[in-house]
Amino acid sequence: MDKKIRATEEQLAYANILELGMKAGLLMLIVTFIIYLSGLLPAFVPVNDLPKYWSMPVKKYLAATHIHTGWSWLYLLGKGDFLNFAGIAFLAGVTILCYLRIIPIFFRKKDTIYGVLAITEVLILVLAASGVLKSGGH
Amino acid sequence: MMRGSAALALFITIFLVALSMTGYAVASTEATSAPAAVASSNVPWWVWPLVLFVVTFLMGIVAVLGGVGGGVLFVPIISGFFPFHLDFVRGAGLLVALAGALAAGPGLLKKNMADLRLALPVGVIASACAIVGAMIGLALPTNVVQTALGAAILGIVGIMMMAKKSVYPEVKKPDALSTALRINGIYYEMSSDHEVSWQIHRTPQGLATFIVIGVMAGMFGLGAGWANVPVLNLMMGAPLKVSVATSKFLLSITDTSAAWIYVNNGAVLPMMVVPSIIGIMLGSIVGVRILAKTKPAAVRYIVIVMLLFAGGRALMKGLGW
Repeated sequence: MDKKIRATEEQLAYANILELGMKAGLLMLIVTFIIYLSGLLPAFVPVNDLPKYWSMPVKKYLAATHIHTGWSWLYLLGKGDFLNFAGIAFLAGVTILCYLRIIPIFFRKKDTIYGVLAITEVLILVLAASGVLKSGGH
Repeated sequence: MMRGSAALALFITIFLVALSMTGYAVASTEATSAPAAVASSNVPWWVWPLVLFVVTFLMGIVAVLGGVGGGVLFVPIISGFFPFHLDFVRGAGLLVALAGALAAGPGLLKKNMADLRLALPVGVIASACAIVGAMIGLALPTNVVQTALGAAILGIVGIMMMAKKSVYPEVKKPDALSTALRINGIYYEMSSDHEVSWQIHRTPQGLATFIVIGVMAGMFGLGAGWANVPVLNLMMGAPLKVSVATSKFLLSITDTSAAWIYVNNGAVLPMMVVPSIIGIMLGSIVGVRILAKTKPAAVRYIVIVMLLFAGGRALMKGLGW
């Protein structure tokens, strides 16, 4: 008997996307951080000013730096510090891609409950990523 | 071997305590000053990210040797001894735990140690509740979150000290829900060269517990392996290896939803996040190599003492003592 019990088709498909996405995300994170540190692109918040802000509550920091929340960082990708958000967002989005990959497999196998669960998970993660959910603030 | 283990444990302890004390001293000085005064302090901006990188590197080693996730060490220690605000530390903590889970996930899934059928329903509940937790955490006053964090860390220490583990829990009869969801599996146990069939029970109770775990993960940015493993293993009856692997993979789902809330609310500073992720990942790689040669039992006790210290400090900071 095969001693290495094989994972299911959907589990392997999920793992393959996760592996690719994780490697690409980490690479993006490292490259964009090097660009940030090198000063190749100007930072929106100058690095010398960072100690002034990182001890503030987030609401005060946003008010002091005039940074907008949600996906507004997309407009600031030309700034060295905000370029890093490309890698961070990619890493935080990999799981959504993995789920999108396995939904058709569940339905093809007539595993409807898990297909619906996977769709529900995608909706939850998309809702979190959408920026619609704002916190009250202290 | 014993001498090597003891020396390693001693080295890690001294280094971490020294760094913590350095951070504590500078952070205390800065905490008493107004932000403008902080800016004019003599510490150059790059010192903190550098120290953060070194500390997270060591944390990565200790986490592997101590059998805990990096996230649970990161938030209390960095918020306790560095000048960064708790909002940013929790955001970074979630991304650190997420990166670790994403890195470990593919291998665990391919080896069939982490189980997608077990993780998927749990993930739906935990990730939805992590969103709620993250929003609560960002809305509450800092001292309230800090106090709750301190209490949670001390509670985690209690769990770590008291919770037993069961390598192959006895599940006489799977419950109706797990049967309907077909949550069961087989994995190959290399150490004893045999196949292990498993099934679970008490699924509704387990899923209900993940409501609390999800809220706490999002609220404190701790990751949640400390809670996932006992629930999957002791409550639901999954074998220990399946529980540990599924828990690690599960963090990639739970922490994703909470991380987005922190990103979208501005509570993520790349200058903190990237050195932390790289530091803890490199440390984990070194930790795994050390683990292959020796496993100093003392490290787990060091982790407990560190968490006690950091949890106590968070509690005191929160209460304004």
